[in-house]
Amino acid sequence: MKATCWYGKEDVRVEEVPDPQILNPRDAIVRVTATAICGSDLHIYDGYIPSMKGGDILGHEFMGEVVEVGAAIKTLVPGDRVVVPFPISCGDCWSCRRGLFSLCENSNPNAWMAEELWGHSPAGIYGYSHLLGGYAGGQAEYARVPYADVGPITIPAGLTDEQVVFLSDILPTGYMAAEHCDIHAGDVVAVWGCGPVGQFAIAGAYLLGADRVIAIDRLPYRLKMAREKGRAETINYEECDVLDALKEMTGGRGPDACIDAVGMEAHGTGPAAVMDRVQQAVRLETGRPTALRQVIMACRNGGTVSVAGVYGGFLNEIPFGSIMNRSLTVRSGQTHVQRYLRPLLELIEKGKIDPTYIITHRLSLDEAPHGYEIFKHKLDDCVKVLLYPTHQA
Amino acid sequence: MDVRRAVTILRPAEELYRFWHDPANLARVFDNVESIESTGERRSHWRVKGPMGVTAEWDAEITEDRPNELIAWRSLPGATVENSGSVRFTPAPGDRGTEILVDLHYQDPAGSVGTMIAKVFRQAPGQQLLDDLRALKQLMETGEVTQSDSTLPGAGPAQPPGGTP
Repeated sequence: MKATCWYGKEDVRVEEVPDPQILNPRDAIVRVTATAICGSDLHIYDGYIPSMKGGDILGHEFMGEVVEVGAAIKTLVPGDRVVVPFPISCGDCWSCRRGLFSLCENSNPNAWMAEELWGHSPAGIYGYSHLLGGYAGGQAEYARVPYADVGPITIPAGLTDEQVVFLSDILPTGYMAAEHCDIHAGDVVAVWGCGPVGQFAIAGAYLLGADRVIAIDRLPYRLKMAREKGRAETINYEECDVLDALKEMTGGRGPDACIDAVGMEAHGTGPAAVMDRVQQAVRLETGRPTALRQVIMACRNGGTVSVAGVYGGFLNEIPFGSIMNRSLTVRSGQTHVQRYLRPLLELIEKGKIDPTYIITHRLSLDEAPHGYEIFKHKLDDCVKVLLYPTHQA
Repeated sequence: MDVRRAVTILRPAEELYRFWHDPANLARVFDNVESIESTGERRSHWRVKGPMGVTAEWDAEITEDRPNELIAWRSLPGATVENSGSVRFTPAPGDRGTEILVDLHYQDPAGSVGTMIAKVFRQAPGQQLLDDLRALKQLMETGEVTQSDSTLPGAGPAQPPGGTP
């Protein structure tokens, strides 16, 4: 089959690789019909995710048709159309049973690597480094899906791939970021980053009852999408001081909750941002937390900081005193996608949310390298790239 | 050399005790263990993979057996690597299952084969034990030992097996 393979910094290639096989009784094989490039894939593309090996198949946002199931799978049959959540979760361990699917205790066979870096290991993730399991990803014609009786959700015939494929990651991720804000009537929520997750965090915040949502970015076309599709007020951080602007817009209080939908490769201005770039380049720091610093400083006293952006390791000069002295609550985590599949599918079916508006590019799988390039460099007003594998009969 | 590792498994102590008590089961989760044969009520014969195709073998006997609580064992005289160990099963608080605590003790062996094997045991003894306990947890909780594209023998990048090396 064809698959998108990573070879190094800004080097991805679509190559011929072996077809996946059933390895365990609870596996399924899915023929991928639509797959997307995630903002977090760009951290791999840019070389910031450790424990990648040349040839690793990328991709953790995918859906398709079940073509084969293991002996223990009773809930799926070949022909079923499914969306696959990006965390690989057994459904049986204590964490999965508590709904903490991205903390599955059994799905990372390389848990020892994650323990070295983070103390304990989270769940395995498709196509996202060896320290998160060493699983082949879904930017391919076929994918092996472990614990297929737990993760994949069957999709009714009336819905298109484009309507549901984002259930695999970014729609629940944006929604969970908003849910973490514990939104009450009258709340103002600010969202840093108007990429796909930021756009869905805006949507999620309104769905959960936010009074106002303020979105922050530097790219006019993304701010426009946040305004026109998301009904957010917007701030371009290259045109003003974000902290001053937010105070002006909230009567000096600051937003009740602030969402970081940027992660470890924030752009930024000022000396701290320059230092971050230097320290990240020499690996003294594994992220550039420009957005996160603002998120913390901007939040109102006693408010909530919700971190959806991906961070890998260590950050410098995080204003922890601001968190402690001002009673901030910090919530974060890889998304417990399985928890949100049914409720969000229902919202899509009812027309309460239409995730298709973020799609700006529809490419064939062969064009994946081009997709990575335009997404990374924000060319051609790129917000979200969908890849369509082609299949020979 | 002493190694101690712990894992919590969402299963009752009696089920885990019963599993551990059957030598054939242990060979399924202990990566280095080729086979464990029962050779008597309290005795078993162990074959363990060493480096470069070398195999270590010994007879072991159970020295203490408290149902659902503890099993302790030691190698009998003549073992390539003299060793002893124990596993404790303790109910975890709340609804968290059972805490398993394993202690292993290896005596520094005599002879070149023994030294080589001990060297391998020492490379990451705690790591190997923990990986094995995790395999036990996977099997007991999910019914299978977790496999990714990087766990297969000789695996390189995260690609399906069967590719060109």
